[in-house]
Amino acid sequence: MLLLHPKDIACRQAVELITDYLEGTLSRRDRRRLEFHLRGCPNCSAYLEQIRTTIRVSGSIQADDLTSEARQELVDIYRRWKSE
Amino acid sequence: MELLGRLRDGDEGAFVTLVDRYHQPMLRLARSMVSSQAVAEEAVQDTWLGVVRGIERFEGRSSFKTWLFHILVNRVRSAATHEQRTAAVESLHAVDPDRFDAQGQWADPLEHWSQSDDRLEAAAWAPILKAALEELPSRQRTVVVLRDIDGLSSEEVCGVLDISAGNQRILLHRARSSLREILDVALRKAE
Ligand SMILES: [Zn+2]
Repeated sequence: MLLLHPKDIACRQAVELITDYLEGTLSRRDRRRLEFHLRGCPNCSAYLEQIRTTIRVSGSIQADDLTSEARQELVDIYRRWKSE
Repeated sequence: MELLGRLRDGDEGAFVTLVDRYHQPMLRLARSMVSSQAVAEEAVQDTWLGVVRGIERFEGRSSFKTWLFHILVNRVRSAATHEQRTAAVESLHAVDPDRFDAQGQWADPLEHWSQSDDRLEAAAWAPILKAALEELPSRQRTVVVLRDIDGLSSEEVCGVLDISAGNQRILLHRARSSLREILDVALRKAE
């Protein structure tokens, strides 16, 4: 029988499972064990929260706008190709 | 798809629309792989030419973006076999092992970021994260750029880079872990 205890997974292991957890690739059993650990472990929960924030910050990065020179250069390439 | 139909018909406007949409993300992807801006720009231009020449061969089995990025990745790889970027950080652990005790429990727990919610405004953090990206090993940077910045799915990233799902996850895990660490250090410095 499986005795669930927050220390069933060490924190050092829990943090290594976070990406698989977010990717949805943990087995059902491992997901349960990790979720149980997270409920009982504020430190690992803080870690998960920081990873989520990191992902959010990445998502906020915008590409710089294309300069009109760069666009024109590509249009020229396109026209040269078309006239080939 | 209608846009691609117009591109097939030789519509310059369709080409410009695609350039406006994808050129900068392509440049960012290329730059994640090589340090030379010139090599990156040339690979992207080359890709555009390949796209207009080869649009007939696009079968729509993948998204156009995935197809486009895949062509680019191959061009960068062949142009830059001697030009691989070297990494400033290469971490094998999600968290510095010194932060855990012998039983693997936290000995030196993280400080919460939540008290400084206003400073975690994504916009304010973007420049720090951009700088942090530069410190990652190239393969990790490329994966996290595609996943978390460009918003590709894990399947799409595997297709673009020709890597396995497991490899994609490892690279993503290491990249996100390192970025978190760098943000954490930057936040504490700012205090
Ligand atoms: Zn824990």
